[in-house]
Amino acid sequence: MTLPHGTGHLAGSRPFPAAAHVELGKPQLRANLHKATHTIRNKRARVVEELPDWEQLRLAGSAIKANVMARLPELLVEFEAAATAAGAVVHWARDAAEACEVVTRLVRETGTDEVVKVKSMATQEIELNQALERAGISATETDLAELIVQLADDEPSHILVPAIHYNRSQIRDIFTERMGDAPAGLTDEPRVLAEAARLHLRRKFLSSKVAISGANFAIAETGTLVVLESEGNGRMCLTLPETLISVVGVEKLLPSFSDLEVFLQLLPRSSTGERMNPYTSTWTGVTAGDGPQNVHIVLVDNGRSATLADEVGRQALHCIRCSACLNVCPVYERVGGHAYQSVYPGPIGAILSPQMTGIEANKTLPFASTLCGACYDVCPVRINIPEVLVHLRQAAVDSRRDKPSAERTAMKAMAWVMGDRRRYARALRAARRGTVPLERVLRRRTVRHLPWPMSAWTASRDAPLPAPESFRDWWRRTR
Amino acid sequence: MRIALFLTCVNDLLYPDTGKAVVRLLERLGHEVDFPESQTCCGQMHANSGYRAEAVPLVRGFVDTFDRYDAVVAPSGSCVAMVRESYPRLVPAAAGVATRTYELSELLVDVLGVTDVGAVFPHRVTYHPTCHGLRMLRLGDKPLRLLRAVEGLDLVPLPGAEECCGFGGTFAMKNADVSTAMLADKCTAICDTGAEVIAAADNSCLAHIGGGLSRRGAPVRVMHYAEILGGES
Repeated sequence: MTLPHGTGHLAGSRPFPAAAHVELGKPQLRANLHKATHTIRNKRARVVEELPDWEQLRLAGSAIKANVMARLPELLVEFEAAATAAGAVVHWARDAAEACEVVTRLVRETGTDEVVKVKSMATQEIELNQALERAGISATETDLAELIVQLADDEPSHILVPAIHYNRSQIRDIFTERMGDAPAGLTDEPRVLAEAARLHLRRKFLSSKVAISGANFAIAETGTLVVLESEGNGRMCLTLPETLISVVGVEKLLPSFSDLEVFLQLLPRSSTGERMNPYTSTWTGVTAGDGPQNVHIVLVDNGRSATLADEVGRQALHCIRCSACLNVCPVYERVGGHAYQSVYPGPIGAILSPQMTGIEANKTLPFASTLCGACYDVCPVRINIPEVLVHLRQAAVDSRRDKPSAERTAMKAMAWVMGDRRRYARALRAARRGTVPLERVLRRRTVRHLPWPMSAWTASRDAPLPAPESFRDWWRRTR
Repeated sequence: MRIALFLTCVNDLLYPDTGKAVVRLLERLGHEVDFPESQTCCGQMHANSGYRAEAVPLVRGFVDTFDRYDAVVAPSGSCVAMVRESYPRLVPAAAGVATRTYELSELLVDVLGVTDVGAVFPHRVTYHPTCHGLRMLRLGDKPLRLLRAVEGLDLVPLPGAEECCGFGGTFAMKNADVSTAMLADKCTAICDTGAEVIAAADNSCLAHIGGGLSRRGAPVRVMHYAEILGGES
């Protein structure tokens, strides 16, 4: 059985190298990214080092998630039953379109055309804001950075700090131009900018009848949803409106409430570099006379079952969206999130997006890594990202087996040469003979220009020429 | 101890001096070194680029060549990581030889128990711990301990040492722009140390770094650390 792939904001039209080329041409972006990723990376390292049982926590997190993936169907049924018993209404969505339909219908049924939103990757993945807009419903992002990105009519470039590509003077300009009620004479002082956003959002919180959230965790045993945030905007959305709609990926489940003990340590330290998360909200269905009285939960698949079916790749579903891997990734640091053309950028995006969409729609992402392994080292649930990248590269190559390819011809030829010591020794000598005239002309052992495909190397790097005598010839001659 | 040298194909063709230095070093320490000539390439490029079927015969070839030795040493963190981490998954029969294959500093420090190899190198050196040596083999400070024991050597720290140079095998070609951006930062960090020599445990990474340094006309020499330890006396 082929499982349906994910739709929504998970793939773009350009190959990664082409998209990266554009982003690399933005010096301000590079400077912002360097500063921000290094700041968070160092902060994380400090708070992780101080925990003596960090490795045990990682192992526990990984084991709990592996257990969830092995029992996902039964845990989902358990969650649905518990949440329903607590007064929530559970909806199921196969893909982005179905999830957007459900949410749009639920909002329409309330009669409102204005909703406030808690920062959520799942709703960005399904492109909910665009769907709501088409239905005449305006959605306001209430996380400060998401608000900045929304006002700028831009896309997030980081999972946790979506406006990482802006600095504060750029944010001042966005507020001044785009936020209708921004005070005159706004400076780029962080405190001033935050206050302007706070006043703008306060009006929205007090008037909105519907809030839309995601969830960091969903507890199967109790039917509880959990949201972690830092600004208190989430708490406002989760408590003030009459109706609360939460869009949750099916992989967010944890078996029991006590499992939070592990994840509430792993997540804040990995994501923001904080010892404890500032605002952790949990809610279980409806509580009479307290908080939203209409609680909906939309469980979304959107390619997750297809990912779960892959023995090597399924570990990507363990991701808790901390973004530690983005902050240490040397590729992400140079190009930012937009180059990945998916709501999930960086190393985790490079293994998650191609699995959710199917490799055909995201052929170049698995190659957007040097396999340096920094991501695996910091992952709080020990996702072996380099292993999955290599696995997906294999899938990408296999998907093109029937098409002619210069790369495959070269790879096969090299494997043939390397497969036999005599062929290999002859090839070494041929390489040397072929480059002797070049070396005589250049009078050095490096070359500045080589023809395609080696021109990709020599565009920015000198290339070494073969040594006058290979090691094996030296060994034969002298031993 | 009878030690087999797995030189790696990159070193055979481009950097034979690294191999000669390893032989000289181990013989100076009183060990017999063999270079089985049936060795070719470890298959890392194929396996990491999505050509597993093409890599498997190379893995088998490695097992046939090296399985009879007590210890195999390679002057390449990356190729040793391929053998130790990936071989057993590709060819189960490789599991045994995989555990007996060492990167040079592992052989010296862990197996032979040596840190002072009696080398002299009166130069200012900085060291780049290449990614697979650092994060797959966990070489830690073994190469640094060996370098610190070298007479006359002034070892200066490299800021951001743990960051990738941008090589990544075929990544350097497929994502040349990103690779170049990473390399630029690495080269700047190296130049800022004021070192005369940038040393590392992988000549492929050094070819990348050296290519960048040479292009910007920087007066910094790249050297495999084996050539410092096993320099001609």
